[in-house]
Amino acid sequence: MTLLQRVITIALCAAATMLTRFLPFLVFSSKKPLPKYIGYLGQALPAAIFGMLVVYCLKDVDVLGGSHGIPELIGIVFTAVLHLWKRNMLISIAGGTVAYMLLVQFVF
Amino acid sequence: MLMIKKAFAAAFPKTLPILAGFSFLGFSYGVYMNVSGFSFVYPMLMSLTIFGGSLEFVAAAMLLGSFAPLQTFLMALLIQARHLFYGIAMLDRYKGTGLKKLYLIFGMCDESFSINYTADIPPDIDRGWFMFAVTLLNHFYWVAGATLGGIAGSLITFNTEGLEFVMTAMFTVIFLEQWLKEKKHYTALVGVLSSAACLLIFGSESFMIPTMVCILCFVTLLRKPVERSVGKK
Repeated sequence: MTLLQRVITIALCAAATMLTRFLPFLVFSSKKPLPKYIGYLGQALPAAIFGMLVVYCLKDVDVLGGSHGIPELIGIVFTAVLHLWKRNMLISIAGGTVAYMLLVQFVF
Repeated sequence: MLMIKKAFAAAFPKTLPILAGFSFLGFSYGVYMNVSGFSFVYPMLMSLTIFGGSLEFVAAAMLLGSFAPLQTFLMALLIQARHLFYGIAMLDRYKGTGLKKLYLIFGMCDESFSINYTADIPPDIDRGWFMFAVTLLNHFYWVAGATLGGIAGSLITFNTEGLEFVMTAMFTVIFLEQWLKEKKHYTALVGVLSSAACLLIFGSESFMIPTMVCILCFVTLLRKPVERSVGKK
């Protein structure tokens, strides 16, 4: 990417964010309630989107070659188990990342 | 002036958990940007203007790929769609806060929303300034963390291979939290299965737009059962 393309990419992210933050205040009021469908999307989308983002993170993992995605799988399971055990977001993220780094640097 | 000071004094203790979380995540984000080859100016400006952690991590990954403005915009919209919901919840609470309202809306990230939505503001504290203080403090923690991480990234001497997994781990944890919150997992499964199927069919370069279309379609089709499962709670 050129510098201009980078600037556009960042600006689009900022613009989309602002759109989702400002839109309700511009369009809806206490008198004019929100369409039920939009409300439903706001409630139902997050789980789907974060599932999508986990897959997005793994998009370049080569299951057929290299280390076959095994370190990624172990890293995710480790993160999840740590989280179910301690229920502390920071510990889970830090622990999972360190575990993955050790795997790719010393084991695979 | 005293009014503003009092508002900040009342808001600060409420933001302490965010200070811990944002220092860590912001710092990781800054380091991640740095080891991906970006100067600290990138995490600094991105955390200042976007001010949304998930999207900033994804934006970093997108900056490393090829230029795809439509996909970027759509992904950003979907990742941030939950803010629509926050805005609706805050319509009344942000009322009558004057010009500060613009900044309150600009800085309405998950964490600022949850504090401002739930906080019992003492009657002798100005509501507008209290919420302004919460938002500004959180914004400051995030930008400071990201900038320091971006600078520290270049000073790190140990092998950082695999550090990019911090993004995967973060989304795994958020996804797990969403999963545990729900009784039925229709939409969570829609997200994972749609993206996995589209990745197989379209390949890693061009699967995101079909994925987002699939997710919107399936979530819309599943509206009845999803709403029923939420109603049962």
